[in-house]
Amino acid sequence: MKELSLHLLDVAKNSVAAGAKHVSITLDEDGDGWLTIAIADDGRGMAPEFLAQVTDPFTTTRTTRKVGLGLPLLRLTAEQTGGSLSIDSTLGVGTTLTARFQRRHLDCPPLGDLPGAVALLIQGSPDMELTYRHTTPRGEAALSTAELRDILGDDVSLAEPEVFAWIQDYLTEQENEAAVDASPAAVSEGEVQ
Amino acid sequence: MKSLEELKAIREKMKRQMDLREDNESNIRVVVGMATCGIAAGARPVMTAFLDEINRRGLTNVTVSQTGCIGVCRLEPVAEVFVPGEEKVTYVRLRPEMVPAIVEQHLVNHSVVQDYTIGAAE
Repeated sequence: MKELSLHLLDVAKNSVAAGAKHVSITLDEDGDGWLTIAIADDGRGMAPEFLAQVTDPFTTTRTTRKVGLGLPLLRLTAEQTGGSLSIDSTLGVGTTLTARFQRRHLDCPPLGDLPGAVALLIQGSPDMELTYRHTTPRGEAALSTAELRDILGDDVSLAEPEVFAWIQDYLTEQENEAAVDASPAAVSEGEVQ
Repeated sequence: MKSLEELKAIREKMKRQMDLREDNESNIRVVVGMATCGIAAGARPVMTAFLDEINRRGLTNVTVSQTGCIGVCRLEPVAEVFVPGEEKVTYVRLRPEMVPAIVEQHLVNHSVVQDYTIGAAE
């Protein structure tokens, strides 16, 4: 995974698989380079025994093979930057995943194409309710599928290619306004180490 | 600036197209594998390329959807094309630049792009 947005897409698909009706994605960037990504759903949740080993690469819900790399890779990526990954889950209630990254760390992947990831998530699960909010010291980008559905009505699916293109462009404009340059080159060498 | 007003215009346009589509029994389905393996191999730009190309050409008889792991992780990104009455075609090791040819030749002209299929890769 070369971008954090790809992790986001990958992990949020677990919420879809868990039968979530509502998924909330928030990204919070503070002035010190810390990025907190939280993905909360109201899916079926996980039993404590499964939760305890969910970031083990040899734990998976899939039946075709015994390897599941999405969460282990995300945990590794977060920890490599000095951050962390935590997951709270209750059976029948839902799951909240929180990952923290130090974006100024050399090993922190770029955010990547967040609008593309969010638009594809919506396109892939057009009936799920999704709220997205990315807050930075410069501003915020936000989108709620409930708002879009109010306009589109029941006849037009959020999976339509034209709607997908609109969502992508709408979010891209907002993300560009709120973007913060947190590449390692943007800070002094001393801070990186 | 993109506005919610534009979305209203899209709605009106789509509703007109929907009326046509309901009568259309030749609906083609494109399914892209978007599990961890697919995403890591580059499925997202491929999926976006399909949506962009179909939108650009205004194809109303094509549905694009996502699925999990199709089972051949080493050949990802993978997309399956279902044309009613024809055998399923599996395209493998896709890159976004390969997508316009698949849309034009297969989805529009019903001619499989053999070089990109799983049969050619194996």
